[in-house]
Amino acid sequence: MDPIIIVGTGLAGYGTAREFRKHDKETPLVLITRDDGASYYKPDLSEAHAKDAAPDDLVKKNVDAMAEELDATIHTHRQVESIDPQTRTLSLNGDSLQYHKLVLAFGADPIMLKLAGDATQAVHKVNNLADYRSFRSHLGDARHVAILGAGLIGCEFANDLVGAGYEVSVLDPAGWPLSQLLPEKCGEAVERELDRAGVHWHLGHAAVAVHHDNGRLQVVRDDDDSVYADAVLSAVGLRAGVELAQAAGLKTDKGIVVDRTLVTSDPHIYALGDCAEVDGHWRPYVGPLMQCARTLGKTLAGGEGDTAGAVKYPTLPIIVKTHVCPVIVYPPVDKHGEWQVEGDGSNLEARFVNEDGDLLGFALTGEATNKRRDYLKDAPPLMD
Amino acid sequence: MKKWQCIVCGFEYDEAEGMPDEGIEPGTKWEDIPDDWTCPDCGAPKDDFEMMEVD
Repeated sequence: MDPIIIVGTGLAGYGTAREFRKHDKETPLVLITRDDGASYYKPDLSEAHAKDAAPDDLVKKNVDAMAEELDATIHTHRQVESIDPQTRTLSLNGDSLQYHKLVLAFGADPIMLKLAGDATQAVHKVNNLADYRSFRSHLGDARHVAILGAGLIGCEFANDLVGAGYEVSVLDPAGWPLSQLLPEKCGEAVERELDRAGVHWHLGHAAVAVHHDNGRLQVVRDDDDSVYADAVLSAVGLRAGVELAQAAGLKTDKGIVVDRTLVTSDPHIYALGDCAEVDGHWRPYVGPLMQCARTLGKTLAGGEGDTAGAVKYPTLPIIVKTHVCPVIVYPPVDKHGEWQVEGDGSNLEARFVNEDGDLLGFALTGEATNKRRDYLKDAPPLMD
Repeated sequence: MKKWQCIVCGFEYDEAEGMPDEGIEPGTKWEDIPDDWTCPDCGAPKDDFEMMEVD
């Protein structure tokens, strides 16, 4: 029988493979990855300094150990060039591989701003361990790191770097940090505590250029002011890579479009994780993707006559590991409501309620994160 | 015996069942699981997530 092929060896790819193997130890399994196939937990990247971890320390199992654990063939440093759903083949560096079922789990790509200047090549990204290794190796003697983007990754890295003794500046056009996730007062709590820890905020400003300047890097703001740094990290957002799927004729939108059984517009191709839009939602977080991996692993092991399972998302919040002001946030799915914020200083409880007072979402900062249990009980599941 | 759920990925731990494959005997209370334990499903470190009591 042709193998199940999984493209991507992140949490989604390896998670699906592991779940599949719990139910089916016979069908051949092949994984393909553009990196070295090491298994790691991506959220570890943004607190590596706090845990005194070098990039290699973050590897949980190397590719050989994973291949043995999964009884799978893993092709590393390979990029899939094209998929032919009609013949169920994919093309890989000139080779052709036949699949019985195909799973697309290759994640998203960091959005890179169109910056002017002669030093744009020096701007780092950290969406995978290989990029993170590169960032850490260039950090070297750096004193000042400029971070583009005050979202989840930008703020976590700001905390980790300032805690490790670096000078840190963060630039973002938004009015407060974590503006996509948090109401203003909660974002300001994070801003205040990171400011106390030494972070320089440049909110309300976008970076427009990066220049080399006497061995340093000059980050130019939209108002022509500059930040002089030794390293620049870009964390302005992610975009699902849909080109491969589009070229294969699959339906795409914010991500590769799948329904609750994780199947694409082709019955033999599935998608999950940061590259997929599940039932209309693109949620690039660990919680949703692990639920998808568990559901899909079972589905792949099922017989042709079995009904494919529908994924459900329980109440799994987003944890922002800004340790000077930790955040637990559960953004509302139903946006018809308003935020009500209570609490002192940086210890805030924010409830997103509808006009009947029902809890639709919440955000907790600082000490208030200790109240997570009660909020998780009251909040509606993400997708049931 | 309590049941706990990882709030990062939804993995469930049942104290009565333990995790024999991970070397955690049935009946092991959550607080007695080593601090360097990580979630077998998603890899979250023990201090990176909280378990919540599931009814």
